[in-house]
Amino acid sequence: MTVTEQSLYRCTPSPLHAILLAGTVPLFLGALLSDIAYFKSYQIQWSNFAAWLIAGGLLFCGLALLFALVNLVRAERKGGRPTVYFLLLLVTWVLGLVNAFEHAKDAWAVMPAGLVLSLVVTVLACVAAWLGMSNLRSGGVE
Amino acid sequence: MKPLHALPVLSVALLLSACGGEGEATQALGPDPKLPAPERGLLPSMKIAQPAQWGEQKPTVPEGYSISAIATDLKIPRQSLVLPNGDILVAEGRGGSAAKLKPKDVIASQIKAKGNTQVKGGNRLTLLRDADGDGTYEVQTVFAENLNAPYGLAFADGKLYVANQDALVRFDYQDGQTQASGAPTKLTDLPGEINHHWTKALTISPDGRYLYVGIGSNSNITERGMEAEVDRAMVWQVDAATGAHKPYATGLRNLRRWPSSPTAGNSGLWSTNAMNWARTWCPTTSLRCVKGASTAGPTATGGRMSMSGSSHRTLTRWPSRSSPITAWVRTSPPWAWTSPSRPWASGLPMAYSWASTVAGTALTRWATR
Repeated sequence: MTVTEQSLYRCTPSPLHAILLAGTVPLFLGALLSDIAYFKSYQIQWSNFAAWLIAGGLLFCGLALLFALVNLVRAERKGGRPTVYFLLLLVTWVLGLVNAFEHAKDAWAVMPAGLVLSLVVTVLACVAAWLGMSNLRSGGVE
Repeated sequence: MKPLHALPVLSVALLLSACGGEGEATQALGPDPKLPAPERGLLPSMKIAQPAQWGEQKPTVPEGYSISAIATDLKIPRQSLVLPNGDILVAEGRGGSAAKLKPKDVIASQIKAKGNTQVKGGNRLTLLRDADGDGTYEVQTVFAENLNAPYGLAFADGKLYVANQDALVRFDYQDGQTQASGAPTKLTDLPGEINHHWTKALTISPDGRYLYVGIGSNSNITERGMEAEVDRAMVWQVDAATGAHKPYATGLRNLRRWPSSPTAGNSGLWSTNAMNWARTWCPTTSLRCVKGASTAGPTATGGRMSMSGSSHRTLTRWPSRSSPITAWVRTSPPWAWTSPSRPWASGLPMAYSWASTVAGTALTRWATR
């Protein structure tokens, strides 16, 4: 019985943590879609949209990263989920920052590196959000 | 401890001073300048100039010359024009209305502003007069105001032409006037949307029939879309009587100034084409000969003829192939203005140069001693 109880226990993020983490996904995803639109249409405005969406994504992701750090510090067992979640979010943010600098270049100089980075960052953000939203850490009742 | 730490610092300092030396500057001179290889990186490797007042300092001038300020407290002087009676008109102002489209624009504008003057553009013309010819300009008065970032100036047949950032306007001028008799008449609108490169360089043909207006590109490299580049990066020939215009030369990024007037026989106009944001020892200005085709479509020729290496607060010689006159240019760090010379007195072996200081308020004069 105790085993079942333990496996049922899940630590989910607080509402604010969840909003920041989940909000990161559509912002980076929007940047990716804008980049695709710019890549196909050469309309510069899409690139401007992408640059702002990345800036927004970095803000949300950066704040979520703080929550992830706190979670890591508070976790009794640091290995596994808390560390993976934190590192994944950290990589997402760092690559997002590199992507922001890429998008600061003028006109077509953004391409193709900006598009590739947007894709990678979006995938990473999705995976990080999935991990974080499902279970931050487990085994708290041992 | 200290000597150990001092050694690398010293060697780095030596390396740096070697980089900024004469060798680097001369490499970028002549008809085939050796330009530094382009560098790309995540962060731009540029240096923001620190604006400074001239104070007691003066630019270094060649043997046999002296230099003195003839006007101060100007509001960002741009170009000057000598009127027939020897009065000097100075256009003052600052233009441009490019919106900040990216996060980069917001951040970069803050950083760039640190390297620029805090003086507010005057949007006016100042008249300077040295009635007794002693070299002191005792009269400094506002000739016209409420202009829109005036830049280029030209005079012919009793008409004074001013290129605002969005329109070419005309004043009627009588000898000895110290103030315009009224608001100017608009000759034609000039491309003024966004105005990334807003300065409208102006010159006039000797017969006073055509005006030539330099219209800079509307972005660095089309980052505002190709739509913004319509009627940009070209020279307009404007009929002085009707205001009708046609492209005279195209493909010129940003003309700063016309060092010589257009001459008869379509021999071309000399103009300067400027580039900033460059690394400190990269040339900031090139001299180009602009030739409009008389019958066929517009063309621009010339390429870079000679270039000046840019170093902070020094004067660099700029040999000119077009005439025995040697022009001197005060080269500048990014965002400070350089103005190649235009003679404002005849019979001198050396052309005069005036340049707004980094602080953007003083006008200097070189005279033979």
